[in-house]
Amino acid sequence: MRLSEADSHALAGAPAVPDYLHDGTTVMSWLNTRDHKRVGILFLVSVTFFFFVGGLFALLLRLKLLQPGPFFMDALSYNRLFTLHGIVMIFLFLIPAIPSAFGNFVLPLMLGARDVAFPRLNLLSWYLYLIGAAVALWGMIHGGADTGWTFYTPYSSTTPTQVAPILLGAFIIGFSSILTGLNFIVTVHTLRAPGLGWMRMPLFVWSAYATSVIQILATPVLAITLLIVTVERLGGFGLFDPARGGDPVLFQHMFWFYSHPAVYIMILPAMGVISETVCAFSRKNPFGYKAIAFSSLGIAFVGFFTWGHHLLVAGQSVFVGGAFGLLSMFVGIFTAIKVFNWVGTMYRGAISFKTPFAYICGFLYFLVFGGMTGVALATTSLDIHWHDTYFVVAHFHFIMVGASVMAFLAGLHYWFPKMFGKTYHEGFGLVAASLIILGFNATFIPQFLLGNFGMPRRYYQYPDHFQALNVASTAGATLLGFGFVIIVIYLGIALRWGSRSESNPWGSKGFEWLTDSPPPTHNFDEIPTITQMPHDYRTHEPSGVIRVT
Amino acid sequence: MNDLLRRLLFLPDQASTFAKDVDQLHYFVILTTFVMSTAVGLTAIIFFIRFRRRSESQTTPHIEPAAWMEALFVGVPLIFFTAWFFLGYREFVRQFTPPIDSMDVYVMGKKWMWKFAYPDGPNSINVLRVPAGQNVRLLMTSRDVIHSFYVPEFRVKMDVLPGRYTQIWFNATTPGRYQIFCAEYCGAGHSIMRGEVIVLKPQEYEDWYAAQRRGLADRQDGAPTALDFAPPSGSMVDQGKRIAADQGCLKCHTIDGTRHIGPSWLDLYGRREKLSDGSVVLVDEAYLTESMMEPAQKVVEGFQPVMPSFQGKLTAPETAALVEFIKSLQSDAVRTGPSEGPAYAPIRGR
Repeated sequence: MRLSEADSHALAGAPAVPDYLHDGTTVMSWLNTRDHKRVGILFLVSVTFFFFVGGLFALLLRLKLLQPGPFFMDALSYNRLFTLHGIVMIFLFLIPAIPSAFGNFVLPLMLGARDVAFPRLNLLSWYLYLIGAAVALWGMIHGGADTGWTFYTPYSSTTPTQVAPILLGAFIIGFSSILTGLNFIVTVHTLRAPGLGWMRMPLFVWSAYATSVIQILATPVLAITLLIVTVERLGGFGLFDPARGGDPVLFQHMFWFYSHPAVYIMILPAMGVISETVCAFSRKNPFGYKAIAFSSLGIAFVGFFTWGHHLLVAGQSVFVGGAFGLLSMFVGIFTAIKVFNWVGTMYRGAISFKTPFAYICGFLYFLVFGGMTGVALATTSLDIHWHDTYFVVAHFHFIMVGASVMAFLAGLHYWFPKMFGKTYHEGFGLVAASLIILGFNATFIPQFLLGNFGMPRRYYQYPDHFQALNVASTAGATLLGFGFVIIVIYLGIALRWGSRSESNPWGSKGFEWLTDSPPPTHNFDEIPTITQMPHDYRTHEPSGVIRVT
Repeated sequence: MNDLLRRLLFLPDQASTFAKDVDQLHYFVILTTFVMSTAVGLTAIIFFIRFRRRSESQTTPHIEPAAWMEALFVGVPLIFFTAWFFLGYREFVRQFTPPIDSMDVYVMGKKWMWKFAYPDGPNSINVLRVPAGQNVRLLMTSRDVIHSFYVPEFRVKMDVLPGRYTQIWFNATTPGRYQIFCAEYCGAGHSIMRGEVIVLKPQEYEDWYAAQRRGLADRQDGAPTALDFAPPSGSMVDQGKRIAADQGCLKCHTIDGTRHIGPSWLDLYGRREKLSDGSVVLVDEAYLTESMMEPAQKVVEGFQPVMPSFQGKLTAPETAALVEFIKSLQSDAVRTGPSEGPAYAPIRGR
């Protein structure tokens, strides 16, 4: 048995079992690990790296947009750069960020399991991610792609840039996503601890479960679509290019059938993180547990029937446009249910304004504003003016950066002691959080206004009257960038020199805190028996019983 | 009130019959969004102040929402969202249902220009002239990739697809000049694929249209047109410069030596250019004229055959003026400072 060595140490009364970080410190022990926690850390490091790569691209784009005319780079470089920014941020950061990094780390802990159901597949998932990233990176260096991350045909099937390797990279990363989803679903079904019924599962698990369903059902469609584009480019078959007898709108249907649900792959896990942290920092049971849990499944379900709102002015029928517009409203309803329940959770709680709570406040504001502008965009007639303008850019950055990245940061600070057993400097945390929330608003509120003003997206040059708002947005982006750099610095310092944190520094009653921080490789000496709902703060009793052998 | 909100939200002028109706809904939706997101944010802050953690060992009661609360959580957003939807969809259907009495104009998008053609014959590049107060239907298609026809002041947008026709309509209320943008990403020249709509008073439009028709008829007879006898304004070089800006030549050809979509005009005259079929041609008056009329015949190596023909668009004096302008562009005669890229003539005096 894999864990026998550690177990025998414990039985022999040796000093404490080494935690997972110290159980083998060679590079190979990391590269060949099957420990879900180590895979989670590997993902965390990789996605953070790509977040900064994508962020650097964003800053270069904003730098160019300071001037309305040609400036700093030429049109083709600009087009390649916004394509890479989109691809890196979506496929290499947002989609794997929360599920693969935090999901891998805490989901088995929350279920009282020793690992995920298929530890080898889990490691394979990380390698597939790296291979996909490497293939895409090869394409980026050898000419890049200038299609935008949406790869719309027939532009993508005719442009002379290196689209094929980047499509192939995204194709491979898709499999990484599918494997993680598969692993989570089987883990949730088979490895729950005694006493942990479905209606006692932590809300993060519910949202990770809903995410996994989308990953498994939608990603294959993207894989097929990207493959068809590659075949069309390399083999000359006419499937999407009308010059060869294809239909360009078919591509948009197939692409958004994945990519709209993919938006929920990016936001659902973020909602799960908020459900956990809002309870922990309000020291309060989730207000409306079932409502939050089932609205996750609701979003996963309805998310499959809204893709047509990306095609309202693309030549689909007026009736179909209306149907998709109406269906899109339901996502808004499910999200509203969650928002009200999170705010309700704070009611009569015992709120501690730590760094994660600052991100929770930012998250709520960005999610409501970004979400309601999303519903506004689905209000068909308004979309005509806003479609493909900076309003859309600002809207989805509010959701993807505003909401998802806030949740990522909330989770990172909340689980930092759990992952590394170290404490970070709270003051720096709050300063960085304020800087990020402020900088984010300063970046994207002007972009909403630019969209109203009529500036289309993906514009290398623009008329002079758009300049003031563009300069404001660039200034905000600079502030935002500083915020992230501060985080890297103080978390880096905490990792190296931080003082040892308590096992449960927040006094949280999430199930993942039932074990030590950082946990031993096998998570629990004895599988706990769950006796309470998660985050039950009526008493100080632990939420589960661990029989120590 | 309308004007104040419009300015606060940076919405452009309202120059079509749709604009005001769309904006009314816009105000309602955006104001609700502001109120809701602020309310949620404020509630969180109020709860934080009211329910601060008083001691590290504090416990809290177990509270679950009553059924009526859950109903409220679903009901309130449902009412707002469906109200938005039905108001919006009514307008959406209207925007996609051209009235029977509309005047038709054919639109063709290509990398990176707009061509407009009126059923009776006149056509133009990048400039669409329409009468105020008239329903206009655009029948649009693309010759290469997907483009999108967008006029912010009209609140009108529609994708322009290759291999099929799409349509939109509008009724411009205010005479003036409005910029056309391409809103669907289409490559290196996407952001300069701009044109303009000139909304004329009905009588002015009639005059312009009649002149176009007459010009067309004259030209078919081979007889000189009125333009041929027009007194020259300024030197031929100056005329050529103006024509180059009006006709959109400078969107693809630079005059400072920078490589763009087409060959730069600087030092072009008198050069020996290698063509895509490997042969070499001397750039003289004949080659320049041929390239304007039949651009796909002799394409310079390394460039795509994307230029449209100007046969019938340029009169003989105009062609001559353009040739003279190109001839004047020799590097010892122009500034040597950094590139400012392709010239674009701004059309609005903001």
